[in-house]
Amino acid sequence: MPRSFPRRLAGAEIMARIPVTFILNGAEQAEFVEAGAVAADVIRDKFALTATKVGCAQGTCGACSILVDGELQLACLIPAARLEGASVTTLEGLAPASELHPLQRAFAEGFAAQCGFCTSGMIMAGAALLARNPDPDRAAVIDAISGNICRCTGYEPIINAILSAAATMRRAKSA
Amino acid sequence: MVQHLKEFFAAERSEEVSAVGQSTARSDIAGHVTGRTQFYADRQVRGLLHLRMVRSPHHHARIRGVDISAAETAPGVVKVLTHRDVPANIYTILKLIQVEPDDEPVLADGKARYLGEPVVAVIAESEAAAREAAGKVRVDYEELAPVLDVEEALKPGAPLVNEYHGHNYFTYEGHPFRRIRYGDVGKGFAMADHIVEERYQSSPIEHAPVETTGCIGVPEANGRITCYSNTQALFFTLDNAALILKVPFQKLRLVGGTVGGGFGGKVDVIVEPVAMLAAMLTNRPVKYAFTREEEMQVSSPRAAERIYIKDGVMKDGRIVARQIRLYVDSGAYSRHSPYGTTKAAAHMPGPYTIPNVHVDCHCVYTNRTPSSAMRGFGVTIADFALEVQMDKLARLLGMDPIEFRMRNAYRDGDMKAHGKETSGAALVEVMQAAAKMANWPLSPAAARASSTQRWGG
Repeated sequence: MPRSFPRRLAGAEIMARIPVTFILNGAEQAEFVEAGAVAADVIRDKFALTATKVGCAQGTCGACSILVDGELQLACLIPAARLEGASVTTLEGLAPASELHPLQRAFAEGFAAQCGFCTSGMIMAGAALLARNPDPDRAAVIDAISGNICRCTGYEPIINAILSAAATMRRAKSA
Repeated sequence: MVQHLKEFFAAERSEEVSAVGQSTARSDIAGHVTGRTQFYADRQVRGLLHLRMVRSPHHHARIRGVDISAAETAPGVVKVLTHRDVPANIYTILKLIQVEPDDEPVLADGKARYLGEPVVAVIAESEAAAREAAGKVRVDYEELAPVLDVEEALKPGAPLVNEYHGHNYFTYEGHPFRRIRYGDVGKGFAMADHIVEERYQSSPIEHAPVETTGCIGVPEANGRITCYSNTQALFFTLDNAALILKVPFQKLRLVGGTVGGGFGGKVDVIVEPVAMLAAMLTNRPVKYAFTREEEMQVSSPRAAERIYIKDGVMKDGRIVARQIRLYVDSGAYSRHSPYGTTKAAAHMPGPYTIPNVHVDCHCVYTNRTPSSAMRGFGVTIADFALEVQMDKLARLLGMDPIEFRMRNAYRDGDMKAHGKETSGAALVEVMQAAAKMANWPLSPAAARASSTQRWGG
């Protein structure tokens, strides 16, 4: 029988929680989420995956960019309940543990991070681009990161790192 | 790409110094690209409470009363703080380097002096509950006339912004502004071929870091409070928080150093004392993080400055007198602006040798957001004004702008307006290198010039 919420339990108000089952970085997960919780809350607070940063909580900075079924999405805007049945990839799931994705290596070698706070989102935006376009030109890279803000203003090295990773991945594929 | 121009100052350089021009991997880069760098908000803390601030909706207002009763009984609320809960409510960040008086409340007491000033802190089990309860705090304001312009603020009869100063300016060793007096500008202007006077104005500039200002205060079993913070100033924060909370310094522990963009915007001590106080009073960990809106509205920006520059210049390009009136808009409180204003004074009259200099730098209180540090504060806007002025003078005289600067550039042995002899000058050589990179043609005299010889020497 369905229960109405909020209810009181031992004097405290309890809210309805929604069961969500989804794939997170390749592993099936099930969690109860509060109504109104967003994907970033669940990923960061319930699974302790903190690469996904929250910079604005209003969909303007891009720091919380993740992949949902391969599409670039802002984890601060997606209701957590909408993850039901989806496959979510965060920066932690981009490469197997103890390995670096070519994008991560290119960002590290190309000085494409300063404070590091936008870096996760930038790499995820780059990953989304390279998944659909393995050979992007500069304009395509700029377009792909146009929703991601870097206030250390390190855009040039970031663009170069994504182009360099694309080249590395193409070489690896043709080899 | 960094170039190491070895032809300059070769005699002063040791060949063992080899770091310049070399790329070295950042020590924190592996953490950044894997997302494993731990920013303060990435700490997994059990039982975390959330703090939301009730802020003044007015630029200037008397606070006649505060009613927190409805907020205190709202669902999920653990504690509501007013100025009465803060052991030493009035402080100033640079107190420990002898800046005085204490002029800023942690939580407003009797008056709000800028839009967004913190008045009441609500601490609850969730962010949503804290936000909801903050809306239930009732503050009875009586609006006062604000003053929002630096020169208006210094006029007789202007509204008094900050009672702790008693007037709308910071006092420097008994003077209402920071002064430089060198030579006799009156004589300089009398002999000048041209006199040029201009006014320069900048707006406040927000750093807008991607990570907003925030911290988590955690009570420890041994009675100490640990604070995980993204401050750029761990030691200022430790000192000020201990004074505000009236506890010995060793009772507090600040953990940080990882900053998601600072640019000077995280140098003030704003969130930590409140979060640590809340942690002490609730015996629970408390997070106090600015929303994006708060970061834009209430975190201290680079100060707006207004700068008047009056120059006396000879037809041959020599500047013989420079008089400057500079106003730093400190906003409602001091924070780092008295120091920034001193930096502006120290930077005048620019890197030029001028025999007659007269500088007044005013640190002014207005009902605007308190301003503070940002990348070269006190210097950057002054440089903008000085160098635009230099271009205007060069144009007036029909001179090449680089050659005009070279004629006036300070050289080793020149006396500066502050009474210190110039040494280690490199301005001429830097301009020569910049001109080369920009393919800017230099006259033979300018190409030959040096920081160790007079013009034409």
